[in-house]
Amino acid sequence: MQKLTALLAGVLFGAGLAASDMNNPERVQGFLDLLNWDPSLMFVMMGALIVAVPCFQILMKKQGKPLFAAKFSLPTNMNIDKPLILGATLFGIGWALVGYCPGPAIAAIGYGYHEVFIFVGAMFAGAKIQQLLAVNASHS
Amino acid sequence: MFDSVSFIHVLGGGALIGLAAVVLFAGIGRIAGICGIAFSLLAAPVNQQVWRILFLAGLIAGSLLFHAISGQSFPPAPDNSLPLLIIGGLLVGFGTAMGNGCTSGHGICGLSRFSPRSIVATLTFMAAAIVSMFIARHVLGWSI
Repeated sequence: MQKLTALLAGVLFGAGLAASDMNNPERVQGFLDLLNWDPSLMFVMMGALIVAVPCFQILMKKQGKPLFAAKFSLPTNMNIDKPLILGATLFGIGWALVGYCPGPAIAAIGYGYHEVFIFVGAMFAGAKIQQLLAVNASHS
Repeated sequence: MFDSVSFIHVLGGGALIGLAAVVLFAGIGRIAGICGIAFSLLAAPVNQQVWRILFLAGLIAGSLLFHAISGQSFPPAPDNSLPLLIIGGLLVGFGTAMGNGCTSGHGICGLSRFSPRSIVATLTFMAAAIVSMFIARHVLGWSI
């Protein structure tokens, strides 16, 4: 059931991205360009939060456990630290340049464009470099 | 205000994304952060994280399924030069790995949990992206 749940969640997520045109880099860049503003992304976030906020709040208040797992896996780091700010800033710059964040980039693999393969390859390389640097930093 | 995508599509598509995050959290207690799910595959043996691979496969399949059912054509590929595609990819991968989240993990799941870290991260990457877009398009005159 865990695997089926993950697959179902992925399908819903991918369908939502395609339906809202968030797999379209031009649409996302239009949201980020205040001089030619396209509010689509704001309404997508609103649609997602209208569903997710009450559900997450109820699930977390009940202190129960997930249907098909032993416990909720939540991030343990609660600090607003330098890596959070620097990482979010670097991500924002890359997001604006191309118009893809990780979800749409991976969802767009199915469209078969070579630009997507290059972007996703570079994205995984960037994440791997960060992981290796973080391991080195924690050892020194 | 919208050209090809109607209001129902953006709000309804968003609701589907929210539902996906709720299904993953209520079902197996996991946060639907795409970068966290994807980049964990680089850090640990893949055979222990089958659910992550299935989620990402579902993500690709779900988008294709929408186009198949709705008959809507695929969106265009990014309109960037090769160096910009690579630099953008590196920045998105490095940045989301460093900041432990992206638009989905911080922006949807984190905000839904009222996580202070995620609220700060979301405001930061939105601001950085809007400023970068302004500089690139309107100061430097790049056609991105």
